[in-house]
Amino acid sequence: MTGPGGRRRLVPAYLATAGSATATRNTVDRMTVLTAEPLPLPVGLEPAAHRILEKLRPGALTLVEVAAYLQLPPSITRVIVSELVDRGLVRAHASMLNPQEATRAQKIDILERTLRGLRKI
Amino acid sequence: MASGRSDRPTIYLADPDTTVVKVVVAGGFGVGKTTLVGAVSEITPLRTEELITASGALVDDMAGLTDKTHTTVGIDFGRTTFHEQQVTLYLFGTPGQPRFRPLWEGLASGAIGAIVLLDTRRPGDSYWAMDEIEQRKIPYIVAVNRFPESPPHDPAQLRAALDLDPATPLLTCDATDRVSARALLESLMQYLICHYRQEEST
Repeated sequence: MTGPGGRRRLVPAYLATAGSATATRNTVDRMTVLTAEPLPLPVGLEPAAHRILEKLRPGALTLVEVAAYLQLPPSITRVIVSELVDRGLVRAHASMLNPQEATRAQKIDILERTLRGLRKI
Repeated sequence: MASGRSDRPTIYLADPDTTVVKVVVAGGFGVGKTTLVGAVSEITPLRTEELITASGALVDDMAGLTDKTHTTVGIDFGRTTFHEQQVTLYLFGTPGQPRFRPLWEGLASGAIGAIVLLDTRRPGDSYWAMDEIEQRKIPYIVAVNRFPESPPHDPAQLRAALDLDPATPLLTCDATDRVSARALLESLMQYLICHYRQEEST
């Protein structure tokens, strides 16, 4: 996990902390990489939220992986994770290259990196 | 094969700041989507259970659970991490039956490219998925999955039958074979690089 002052591209702090549920929902999708903030588990969490936090405790996963491991539908997982991000318990890393938003240079760069990776393994 | 069991060891991402790249593998039922996903994945493919309503619409909030009859459809996906490149590639097997159209919104959204898998014994099974990908303007390649029983096919005839754009690659692969599956992904990346370069010049 990246500590404070760590590298890059987190979602803006105002969204991760005080944004409304609707706003945050748009920043969290099934490919968002999630990590749990190193905080004590709050009491009174609903069971699914508790399981998600426990799952993320040891490391990072995309939302869709969390859903698969916990056998929760991704759509429901997304709603719960959005709330956890709102509450500052989960950090959403701005990790997906969205072709609709990325510049052509960014797309070509990431494709070339992927190709290099494929050729190495 | 994919499994939704939660007793599997969790394989975490080494770097939370990796860049995630999404590719969709689409095609008819039984065409080998999950096999291909598994052949290039570093993890045993995972399965999500997508909630859909009786009409096939994706249930995307809690409210949908209470007032509608719902069912689930399993979606298999795999992951490959390229540590040096700080890239993590996710492959999603996406069902090619029209009744799953509402699912495509979530599954295809953000995909940088797609592979349409084809079984030459029933090529028509993959037509719908091809149309769906084209409508979403996702660049794609077509790959014939060679089954032992597959009759030999004439690429020119197949191209004509599929009404393929001359620029769209038509390849063959063995989805059960890691080397073949990886070569297919390399071809996809090469095609996508060309595709997005051309987009730049227009």
